[in-house]
Amino acid sequence: MNVVETRSLGRRYGRRWALQQLDLDVPEHAVVGLVGPNGAGKSTLLHLVAGLIDPTEGSVSVLGGTPGSTAVLPDVAFVAQDSPLPKRARVREIASIAAGMNVRWDQAVVDDRLAELRIDESHRAGELSGGQRAQFALALALAKRPKLLLLDEPVASLDPLARRGFLQSLMAAVADGGVTVVFSTHLIDDLQRTCDHLVVLGQGSLLLSGSIDEIVQGHAVLVGPPDRPLPRGCTIVGGHRSVGHQHLVAVSTPVTDPAWQVQTPTLDEIVLAHLALDPEQHPVRHLEVV
Amino acid sequence: MIALRLDSSSGVSTYLQLVHQVRQAVLLGVLREGDQLPTVKEVVAELAINPNTVLKAYRELEHEGLAVGRPGVGTFITRTSTAPSPEVQARLRSDLTRWAGRANDAGLDVETMVGMLRSVVNETSRGAVA
Repeated sequence: MNVVETRSLGRRYGRRWALQQLDLDVPEHAVVGLVGPNGAGKSTLLHLVAGLIDPTEGSVSVLGGTPGSTAVLPDVAFVAQDSPLPKRARVREIASIAAGMNVRWDQAVVDDRLAELRIDESHRAGELSGGQRAQFALALALAKRPKLLLLDEPVASLDPLARRGFLQSLMAAVADGGVTVVFSTHLIDDLQRTCDHLVVLGQGSLLLSGSIDEIVQGHAVLVGPPDRPLPRGCTIVGGHRSVGHQHLVAVSTPVTDPAWQVQTPTLDEIVLAHLALDPEQHPVRHLEVV
Repeated sequence: MIALRLDSSSGVSTYLQLVHQVRQAVLLGVLREGDQLPTVKEVVAELAINPNTVLKAYRELEHEGLAVGRPGVGTFITRTSTAPSPEVQARLRSDLTRWAGRANDAGLDVETMVGMLRSVVNETSRGAVA
């Protein structure tokens, strides 16, 4: 069963479409990285899936139900950008309010994490470091024992050490099983390590989605003679990588022409190339659905 | 227990890096038959990587016959290398380090050193056959 399914999903703010014609399936237990420049529609998509806003057109279903409905809400956790917490409230108070608001609550998750991070329960949220605040917000989300965990730019404002600590906690939660994760990020480095699926958005449209293995296998860097036409089944995604006749291409059939030297591109190269393309002329817009 | 690590600048995929490290540890005798590999959760909590990547690496090691997974217990090494012990290898290595230092002092460049080493190794292995 797909944990998230969107069909022709669109959301408009005034005259501007933040998200348009989005068809996406997120399989169970996937860890999905959501990337794209500012204004690409990442936050809009996460807010639609969380049920915090309604679609303008199309549909979105979460765990087979309507986002934000009482049937779905207990199974979905959402951590907003910069993990907003009431600054003057104490850690203990925030945890107890969160516990009271949820039908399912595993206090041990919070207690264990606080102890590990050496966060004093009597501290005010405003006194926590960025890393501690992010980790505390993650612990509150995981205490729900959610089936779907949504995180909006969870590591964007963290220093490298805090970022690593956060991702360690997140991946350990995934290893425990039972949770599907969708998180947006600007950092492609983290993606390859932590995610198994990828969704690339640009100007409100889907540019690329699928399992990371399939996406990498579906692309190649071709090096060959300048006057030679591209092999069959290849579509140019990125131009000359360096000096010489080089193309980053999407491949639908294996390249067998010996005139072309075939290299494996990195995930960064693929993502950056797709982001640089004009969404209107995007060749592999619907290459595959996650 | 072996500690796995990652080099994010190497360009080699995460899962292959894990496979290579275990393979090398077995070859060098650091890991022996019956030794347990870290659990998926331990690796994930240390390296902040996707658990499926670790599972994939362990499956590959099982496929190569280098390790076996026992459900609910862990993953165990099934082979012991016939290579000399890590202590013997360390001694040989330090002999070589001393030699490289002397060669350097004598003004030999890297290429000449490697060439000399190669010819000595070739002579030795021919001698062993004869």
